[in-house]
Amino acid sequence: MKEFICTVCPRGCRLKVDEKKLTVTGNGCIRGIEYGKNEAVNPKRILTSTVSIEGGLHRRLPVRTDIAIPKSMLFDCMAVIHGCKTKSPVIAGQVLIENIAGSGANLIASRNM
Amino acid sequence: MLKYDLAVIGGGPAGLAAAISAYENGIRSIVVLERDVELGGILNQCIHNGFGLHRFGEELTGPQYAERFISKLSETSARVLLGTMVIGLNSDRYITCVNKYDGVFTIQAKAVILAMGCRERNRGPIGLPGDRGSGIFSAGSAQRYMNIDGYLVGRRAVILGSGDIGLIMARRMTLEGAKVLAVAELMPHSNGLNRNIVQCLDDFGIPLYLSHTVTDIFGKNRLDKVVISQVDDRLKPIPGTEKEFDCDTLLLSVGLIPENELTRTAEIPIDFRTNGAVVYDDMQTESEGIFACGNVLHVHDLVDFVSSESEKAGKKAAEYITGGCVSIHKAATIDIKNGNGVVYTVPQKVVIGGPEKSLEVFFRVREKSEKSIVEVSSGNRIISSFKREFLAPGEMERIVIPRKLLENINESIAISVKSGGTV
Repeated sequence: MKEFICTVCPRGCRLKVDEKKLTVTGNGCIRGIEYGKNEAVNPKRILTSTVSIEGGLHRRLPVRTDIAIPKSMLFDCMAVIHGCKTKSPVIAGQVLIENIAGSGANLIASRNM
Repeated sequence: MLKYDLAVIGGGPAGLAAAISAYENGIRSIVVLERDVELGGILNQCIHNGFGLHRFGEELTGPQYAERFISKLSETSARVLLGTMVIGLNSDRYITCVNKYDGVFTIQAKAVILAMGCRERNRGPIGLPGDRGSGIFSAGSAQRYMNIDGYLVGRRAVILGSGDIGLIMARRMTLEGAKVLAVAELMPHSNGLNRNIVQCLDDFGIPLYLSHTVTDIFGKNRLDKVVISQVDDRLKPIPGTEKEFDCDTLLLSVGLIPENELTRTAEIPIDFRTNGAVVYDDMQTESEGIFACGNVLHVHDLVDFVSSESEKAGKKAAEYITGGCVSIHKAATIDIKNGNGVVYTVPQKVVIGGPEKSLEVFFRVREKSEKSIVEVSSGNRIISSFKREFLAPGEMERIVIPRKLLENINESIAISVKSGGTV
């Protein structure tokens, strides 16, 4: 039995997950079930950071992965992000790196710049 | 002198939502005054995700959340003055501004919305002892250096305060290659959201020391050591519990203060509990035609709530303008008071017989509790009650009281918590 604080919403339900049967208890809503199962088997996170941008209003462009990536790949993706440079103009949602570090997620711009 | 129907002071999440809402409620002559070089306010440096879950049902980053409002505002007739600092305001709604294009100029508006947000508490008010070397930042300024300007503020950091910005910065610095040695929190519980404890500390194995505070700082030029100690139940450091950390950076995440200098200049009464203006249920301050919303009114946990509160302020300001600027506060009002376990309420005053069917009240509780009942009472009479599974000081609570129940009340009402048991 593993215990997690659910982070799907600010309520923070205390989930108990049976890793073998994959049953979740303590969830206040249906989204907690999926979160609890994933957290026990393959925890995922959305990664946000910034990349260098030339010719923009600021020196850094905020970026994010479009979908959550496995928690274990956060630093692999950061290594790729550290080497990423882009030029203005960039449109919010524009893909900067496809399938970043083989995670299956794209790195996209968080804003226009 | 420039004349507008509505002037919004601040172009962050509160100002944006208020201006858009006023436009949608029929106001065409609007000016938004923003001191930064762009709209969006603090959202621009909050590059992490988690914004908009309530409002849009998806996890946006700060810039993404801001962009939705900025693009919506650009479709309205509102005029935006960037790089423009408001330096004066009076109760007749004359606003003194300064920018580098026009110098000093005055704006007169039929209604004003205060949306200046808040700023961080720093080293002074919490009386941090020790040397005054460089490397001590408020968490939000470190966030700006990092996310907007592209500077890593240090390599080895200790963070004092477990507010959300401190937690977010712990993750951010770790991802960028710095080592975060510890987060120290004076109180026995964190004021941050659960999701931030999990995703910013637990994910990276960063220890959270509850009931601890910084008791010494060493470093003449750059910081080189921070000492933290455990505190007793009176929050006094306990000798012998010192832990030393060799570090070059100390981030302070020790609270936010609504930025109400202009509010004070206009002699608008401030509530010492919220550090924001006293407002009626229409978000209007004691000064006629001046409304307030967002973090300048009280510090919110989630921007989603700032947006909805500000939309209400925008709508009510629009009604005030189109209704010929007649204040409804001439009518009888009742006060909302803190009952047992409640720290503050917004609004603080309610107009009896106001136009809405229900009264929305935001409040914060003093301590964590489970299976509690929130009671609204007047004298000995209980007007209405609400069940809550879980209450925590870190999370703003909201109740909606049907107006019908307030009809025969002419004294004050109080909101209190009957706890099922503290956690």
